[in-house]
Amino acid sequence: MKKELSFITVIGKDKKGIVAKISNLLYKNNINIEDISQKVMEGLFVMTMLIDVSGYRYPLQRLNSKLENIGKDMGLKIQLQHENIFKMMHRV
Amino acid sequence: MAITVDEVFETAKMILYQNLDIRTTTLGINLKDCMDSDFRAFRKKVYNKVYRNGCLLIKEARKLELKYGIPVVNKRISVTPVSIIMEAHLNRDKFLEMALTLDKAAGDSGIDFIGGFGGLCQKALTRSDKILIEILPDVLSKTRHVCSFLNVGSNVSGMNLDAVNLLGVMLKKTARRTKNGSGCARFVVFVNAPEDNPFMAGAFHGVGEGDMALNIGISGPGVVRSVVEKDKDCDLSELSEIIKRTVFKITRAGELIGRELAGNLKAPFGVVDISLASTTNKGDSVAGVIEAFGIESAGAHGSTMAIALLMDAVKKGGAMASANVGGLSGTFIPVSEDMSMVEAVKRKSLSLDKLEAFTAVCSVGLDMVAIPGNTPEETINAIIADELSIGIINNKTTAVRILPIPGKKPGDLVKLGGLLGVAPVMSVNKYSARNFMKRGGRLPAPVTSLRN
Repeated sequence: MKKELSFITVIGKDKKGIVAKISNLLYKNNINIEDISQKVMEGLFVMTMLIDVSGYRYPLQRLNSKLENIGKDMGLKIQLQHENIFKMMHRV
Repeated sequence: MAITVDEVFETAKMILYQNLDIRTTTLGINLKDCMDSDFRAFRKKVYNKVYRNGCLLIKEARKLELKYGIPVVNKRISVTPVSIIMEAHLNRDKFLEMALTLDKAAGDSGIDFIGGFGGLCQKALTRSDKILIEILPDVLSKTRHVCSFLNVGSNVSGMNLDAVNLLGVMLKKTARRTKNGSGCARFVVFVNAPEDNPFMAGAFHGVGEGDMALNIGISGPGVVRSVVEKDKDCDLSELSEIIKRTVFKITRAGELIGRELAGNLKAPFGVVDISLASTTNKGDSVAGVIEAFGIESAGAHGSTMAIALLMDAVKKGGAMASANVGGLSGTFIPVSEDMSMVEAVKRKSLSLDKLEAFTAVCSVGLDMVAIPGNTPEETINAIIADELSIGIINNKTTAVRILPIPGKKPGDLVKLGGLLGVAPVMSVNKYSARNFMKRGGRLPAPVTSLRN
């Protein structure tokens, strides 16, 4: 199946269990993690996960709201965005 | 090369903290194919076409918001200038009914504005144009979503002063019939109006366009301001470079969403309008950008150069990022919608005269300017004619959206509500151009050489 790549971006304060919670959600939904990076920038913990959503059987809205719930519980901003927006903005 | 965490963070930051959004997606639709001698059938065809496309636009735009995590703030429709499609139904009541039909179709489908209730009268007025102008106070006070425009001049036709001379009285009537004069915010008068402008209130689907076109307006004064604030001492060439790089990125986001949305709607992709458009959100302000350049308050001497530099850099960055740059693609300086502009007017650093000067170096026109309600009609017409002359002589689009607020005097603040913000009432010159304006006729088209 053709890969369908999106980025999950987590911004906020570093805490135990961020990666565990998100990767557990992804595993349960048949979503593969292709890459993970993290860095502290401008005093914020920033983590990005490149994920392949081609195996996800529901509309992306569902994944988005589940991620939002994790964000609310942990006091973090979590965004889900298709990789094309980053390719367009940052690659000529 | 893989996308880095820094790049993802840069984009996320623009959206989360700097108000980056797709300001508007405007689907232009041709209504000429709805024309019918049976007025009931005509209205029904118009309603169905607008409603169907409005629903589709909202559905598809929401899908992309979710896919790319970027807000698409406004979803709108522009139509063929109504004075053209009404030529065979020259009756005031029918014009109003058509406006109500468009309003209902817009409201039922969930789009916020429908543009195009206007006419092209750069050379002279048809009977249809005249009825349309007469009925505008009714239309603007009885509808919520309908936006109106007139194009009263162009480089090849000159300017139709007879049309301009009808506007002061129309605007004053409209202002009296709507809360705080806010109906006037849905009317724009242009010269050299682009046929593919996605921004309201002046959007319409031009007669040279096809059956459909999806146009998109990006935004980003907040993003530009934050990159400018990071480097307080760089010289003007560097400042221009910083802005170009940033605008390139935000225009690319617009290009991506526009092309994909057009594809999903099975409509040709029209243009990306790269205008910086302020909002009432704190920091999302064009005046804020030039203040970040080092201007103490917008309107101070030096502001005109600042706007010139900003706009030139925006155009250079934007033009590189999209093959389809079009629409207005200037800087909007809507006074009431830009909090730093409002502050500048309140502290008396920004006047109507300086705003007019800004529009000579690239901004689009006098926008969302409130003036006292007792301003004489011919003075309103003269303010419009002055602004539009700048467009005619300088080969560019200029426009006026002005609100004569009943019962208000200079210095008063008028709440217009929602996206329209708060308008400080500005003072106008007390001397009259009555005897000049009443000559009427047409300002001749200018020569295109001898350009000093």
